[in-house]
Amino acid sequence: MVSELINANPIVYEKKERRARSVPTAVEEYVVEPIDQQEVFDILSLQLFWYGLCTFKSTYYRGISKLFLLLLLLFSLTFLNHVRDIKDPEHPYSLEELKVITEDAIEVDDQQSYVRITFTPTVEHCSMATIIGLCLRVKLLRSLPSRYKVDIRVAPGSHASESAVNKQLNDKERVAAALENPNLVDMVDECLAPSYD
Amino acid sequence: MAESSQLSHLIESFVDSSRSPTQQAASLDKIASRVKNDVLTMEGLVREMQMYLTTTDNIVRARGILLLAEVLTCLATKPLDNATLHSLIGFFTDRLVPKRVAFFLWTAAHGRILTLDNLRGLHLENRCYICCCSSESVGHFLIHCPVAYALWVQMLQAFGIQWVMPGSVADWKALRGALVGCLALMRRKSSAGVVTSTDAKAVAESFLQNLQVQSLGQHDRKLCFELLECLLERYPNTVTPMGDELIYGICEAIDSEKDPQCLMLTFHIVEVLVQLFPDTSGPFASFAGDLFEILSCYFPIHFTHPRGEDLGIKRDDLSRALMLAFSSTPLFEPFAIPLLLEKLSSSLPSAKLDSLKYLSSCTSNYGPERMAKHARAIWLSIKDALYTSLQEPTLSFTTESLDGLVFQENEIAKEALTLLQQVIMQNNGLFLSLIVEDEDINIILNTVPTYESYNDIPLQGKLKLFAAGCILSISTKTSVACCHMIFESFFPRLMEILGLSEKNLSGDHSPKDNYLISKRLNFGALYLSVELLAACRDLIAGSTQIASKSVSTYETSYCMLHSFSNLLTKAFCSTLVSSPHDADIYFGVKGLQILATFPGDVSPVPISEFENILITFVSIITVNFKKTLLWRLALKALMNIGSFIDRNNESEKILSYMRIVVEKIVSLVSLDDVTMPFPLKLEAISGIGTSGLNYMLHIIQGFEEALFANLSEIYVHGNLKSAKFTIWLLECYSNKLLPWIHENGVFEEVLLRFPINIWKQIESCVGFSVPEKELLDAMMTTMKHAVAFSSEESQNEIIQKAYNVLSSSTSFPLKESMALTIPFQLEGLQLTQKMDNLLCRDEWILSLFASVVIAVRPQTHIPNVKVILNLFITTLLKGHVPAAQALGSIVNKFGKSSTGSEISSDCTLEEALDIIFQLKLWTHQDNGALLRCSVNGSEMGHTDLCQAVVNNKLPQIPAITGLSWIGKGLLLRGHDKVKDVTMIFLECLLSNGNALPLSQHSLENSCEQDLRVSVMKSASDAFRILMSDSEVCLNRKFHAIIRPLYKQRFFSTMMPILQPLIMKSDSLLSRSMLYQAFAHIISETPLVAVLGEAKKLIPILLDCLSMLNKDAQDKDTLYSLLLVLSGILTDKDGQEAVVDNAHLVINCLTGLIAYPHMMLVRETAIQCLVAMSELPHARIYPMRIQVLQAISKALDDSRRAVRQEAVRCRQAWASIASRSLHF
Repeated sequence: MVSELINANPIVYEKKERRARSVPTAVEEYVVEPIDQQEVFDILSLQLFWYGLCTFKSTYYRGISKLFLLLLLLFSLTFLNHVRDIKDPEHPYSLEELKVITEDAIEVDDQQSYVRITFTPTVEHCSMATIIGLCLRVKLLRSLPSRYKVDIRVAPGSHASESAVNKQLNDKERVAAALENPNLVDMVDECLAPSYD
Repeated sequence: MAESSQLSHLIESFVDSSRSPTQQAASLDKIASRVKNDVLTMEGLVREMQMYLTTTDNIVRARGILLLAEVLTCLATKPLDNATLHSLIGFFTDRLVPKRVAFFLWTAAHGRILTLDNLRGLHLENRCYICCCSSESVGHFLIHCPVAYALWVQMLQAFGIQWVMPGSVADWKALRGALVGCLALMRRKSSAGVVTSTDAKAVAESFLQNLQVQSLGQHDRKLCFELLECLLERYPNTVTPMGDELIYGICEAIDSEKDPQCLMLTFHIVEVLVQLFPDTSGPFASFAGDLFEILSCYFPIHFTHPRGEDLGIKRDDLSRALMLAFSSTPLFEPFAIPLLLEKLSSSLPSAKLDSLKYLSSCTSNYGPERMAKHARAIWLSIKDALYTSLQEPTLSFTTESLDGLVFQENEIAKEALTLLQQVIMQNNGLFLSLIVEDEDINIILNTVPTYESYNDIPLQGKLKLFAAGCILSISTKTSVACCHMIFESFFPRLMEILGLSEKNLSGDHSPKDNYLISKRLNFGALYLSVELLAACRDLIAGSTQIASKSVSTYETSYCMLHSFSNLLTKAFCSTLVSSPHDADIYFGVKGLQILATFPGDVSPVPISEFENILITFVSIITVNFKKTLLWRLALKALMNIGSFIDRNNESEKILSYMRIVVEKIVSLVSLDDVTMPFPLKLEAISGIGTSGLNYMLHIIQGFEEALFANLSEIYVHGNLKSAKFTIWLLECYSNKLLPWIHENGVFEEVLLRFPINIWKQIESCVGFSVPEKELLDAMMTTMKHAVAFSSEESQNEIIQKAYNVLSSSTSFPLKESMALTIPFQLEGLQLTQKMDNLLCRDEWILSLFASVVIAVRPQTHIPNVKVILNLFITTLLKGHVPAAQALGSIVNKFGKSSTGSEISSDCTLEEALDIIFQLKLWTHQDNGALLRCSVNGSEMGHTDLCQAVVNNKLPQIPAITGLSWIGKGLLLRGHDKVKDVTMIFLECLLSNGNALPLSQHSLENSCEQDLRVSVMKSASDAFRILMSDSEVCLNRKFHAIIRPLYKQRFFSTMMPILQPLIMKSDSLLSRSMLYQAFAHIISETPLVAVLGEAKKLIPILLDCLSMLNKDAQDKDTLYSLLLVLSGILTDKDGQEAVVDNAHLVINCLTGLIAYPHMMLVRETAIQCLVAMSELPHARIYPMRIQVLQAISKALDDSRRAVRQEAVRCRQAWASIASRSLHF
């Protein structure tokens, strides 16, 4: 059985130059630093790697000798169904590089305890959209204080079944149910795993 | 007989392949030692092993041969006679059996023929296609298949051999034994008997005929190559006649080798081989092409071995070995140079780098004739490499570095320039003409005038300009002739572009000068000419050290420089003043500096010009201080010039430097010139001073004059404005000048003079009052440093002087009789009264005297110690901390060192201590009981204390502080008395707690209560003073006697005392104070010592943490204690200790997560919790919910860093339950 990748050749964007936080030299002991846009963005994108989308990228194989490439071709012909499992830890794309989330797409209101995240799936029919959304939600659930209400949305016009996805992502019951499913939780954990190291 | 059976047992245990490798190695060692100790002869061993060496079982035989070979390897130094050697080498040579079907057999032996059982990927029926009745495997295919078996049997019968069919195909391992054996025999030292050349020849022939090296396994190949290397190196005369055959064999053997270790050997073999056939017409010449073709595949080395495999060989090693092989013979030249040039044009940086390195190496080995025909190609490649490798320059003028134009440090460019220098050196005429006629450089020179300033030049232009600069500079530096040629062809053009032509020179100067200054200099030309000058300067400086014989040879450039120097100086100066751009300024300053630093006797720059340059710089320093960059550059240039002429001993120039620079700079300080900022003045002074000894002498003098002038201003007129300057001066003096003087180890008299002068000045000024506390602090620091750096004799002198001043001062009764005869109490009372109105001047004198005492060496004699002790004690009771510190250092350094000082000092350490502790009695009325009792170790007089009048108890806090410094002095030297001192503190801590119930609700009592608390507080702080390192006194800088491991010792003596006390103490207050003392001790002790006791300490430590948690004032103590805990938690031994108390630790840490007063505490507590999550799960699982709840609160912390840690911690704790995180 040969399974196609959903988006075999994603466009990879340059990472935006991270603006350095201005660290005041002598911080007052009792100063409060509210949770802001950048912090949420950091939580989400620091190391959140999306292995599922990480696929063959032709440039990566440029450096390898022809012989090896030939072998690889043979190998992949025989075991093509394993290809999608190949992980390339040196070139993982983070959601940021794929422009799935940008800093501007995050709204934070610390006073009202409210976060809204708008993400953009790479292709219109991306069936991964719900998984990405779920990952975002779980990550925030684990990293933000419990007082926060998290609202996750697909960017308008970026997905074929936009309203359905939005509904699914913000339905407490369905999210809870998804987290009961061991397969899904494993998948989410795998996506989030490196971000805690 | 027993001997022989034992031996056969040993042999058996080696041969038996089922034994473990260690057993085999052990038996090998035993056998080898037997032979070595002559218990067994070599012949005997061979006889004993006969059966193993000739058996038909090939595995056993292989092991047997290997054993013999390994034994021989162990016996490399044991002498063996020729006959034995001959027979042995013959034996091994025979075993290098023919392997013409090598590859097939090799694959067969490894079970890798493409039989069906190996073709697992294709789903075919596994069936032998010959007999159709069995599955196809290697064994079956070659041996057991009926058809194959029939063939075997037929053959064996035909030759009449009795043969038992082996179970499988593997007659391979015998070869390894043979190789090891040959190698062992060939490598023998000549003293122990070597293989004869005929035998060596036999080995070589057998090797070349029989071995298919490339079909062997990696280890065997390595052995083969080692054998070859050994043959070539040790028997060159034997193998050389083999000529073609040898070379051909080697080519075959090394072709397409891939293993790094083998490759190292291969490259070396080629290198050695080439040396055997040096003549160009010999047999080697015809093979050179082929051999190089084999080698060339490896260039450039592309090392793909994963990092995990540690072979001990790096890419660089391989690359170097290959380079040696490449450059080993000029015969490779027609092949090598084109290849290298081709690779140089590739886009791979490592290939470029390697090519350049190889080219340098080849150039030196191939000789100029052969290289000449490639000259043009090489030059073009170098130029190309330079242009492409350079990146955009950055102008960096930060405060630390003034590097000017910084190009990214680039290896390729560096290598290219090295190569250029080398080729020019080898063949200068040819290459120089190439450079001079080069179009690109000419184009650059032509385009230069079109851009006026640095910013106008486009990026590409900058790079080209820089490359040209590098090329010119390198070629100028190479040799005198080059310098001459380059100057002749480029310098006049540059001058023309700058507008300084010969015509201007010949005419009258003055109008032209004006014209010059008005015009802006062209940046490109400026840059290039500075580069040229710098290169020329370096060349001259380098060559004068050899001999000045060649002065005449650079006549031309010399004349040119000479004639232009005046104009150049003016031009550069004008750049400095007029140019707005940093780059121009930088190169202007650099150019001036270069002109000033041409070495003396051959300098083309006349002394008048030199002086002009100095004057320009000085005027910049004094006037243009607003332009920071220019100012800094000028100062740096002046420093460089100063140190240069100082190093070269150019007396004339030094004189003018002194006259122009040093004097001017010195006068800066003393002038009341307010326009120039004072810190800048100081920076200039210290900078110039540190560039040479002579300058320093002058500077110091001027400096001190200024200092004393300022001081007297303060003393006499109470001028506060000069106090600020004085503080600056003092800081500069103690931070910059003193360390420099100390490092260079001269000017002892300066170090002596300064403190003495200060004392004299104080002596002469009788009445003054300065409220400035900072000034006193600065004075004390400077005094300490000055005294600490000076030698013993000068210290003696200083302290004598200081003592005289002190004793002449009116308010201190320093008569010795008084100290001994008058009852202490009375004296104390008198002094108390006097101290209350301690004059400002006296306080100065006392503080300065204390700082002298703090800083002296142990050997220095302190006059009239007893009196001084008394004086210090009385003053410290008034709360004068320096006195306490001085007392501590007296105690610390007392009579420790030589017998000489023992005699000279008028009392011993014990006496001094007695004085100190008895003198304590003068406070008899208030708390004498406490002190006396504790010294005697008897019961406390609580009632006395409680009834004591509040006012009388006041001096107790200074007393405790003083005692703690004395205790520190004792502790550092490891004296036992420190125990008594600490007992006093402990009593202090305990006593008042007991008295607590007695307090009534009267005002007086509550006041007394407050006081009591503060006394206890100071007693617990005393422990911190005892343990912590102090910057102010009692450290290595101030010559304290420090016993190694004193902290550990104190820790281990105090812990057994403190622990029961804490347990027993029932009052809240004294317990909390004891905890504080505990915290001070434990947080200053090295972690290793704490870890040893961790198990016992953890409970107390936790109690202590939760106690400190309550008060915001203790946050620093709390933090340092928490750090100790985190240290324990991250250590493996510590973790074991924690396991038992896990729930306590977690309770404590979860409490600290919400600590409101210090962010670091919260962060560290969470980090500790993360560390806790690594303990055994069974232990910590019960606490999981508790931790997660606490952490979820920390997620909402007010500080970002804490929140981030909390996320990590939450993940760590959530994941101990399961992979999925339900919480």
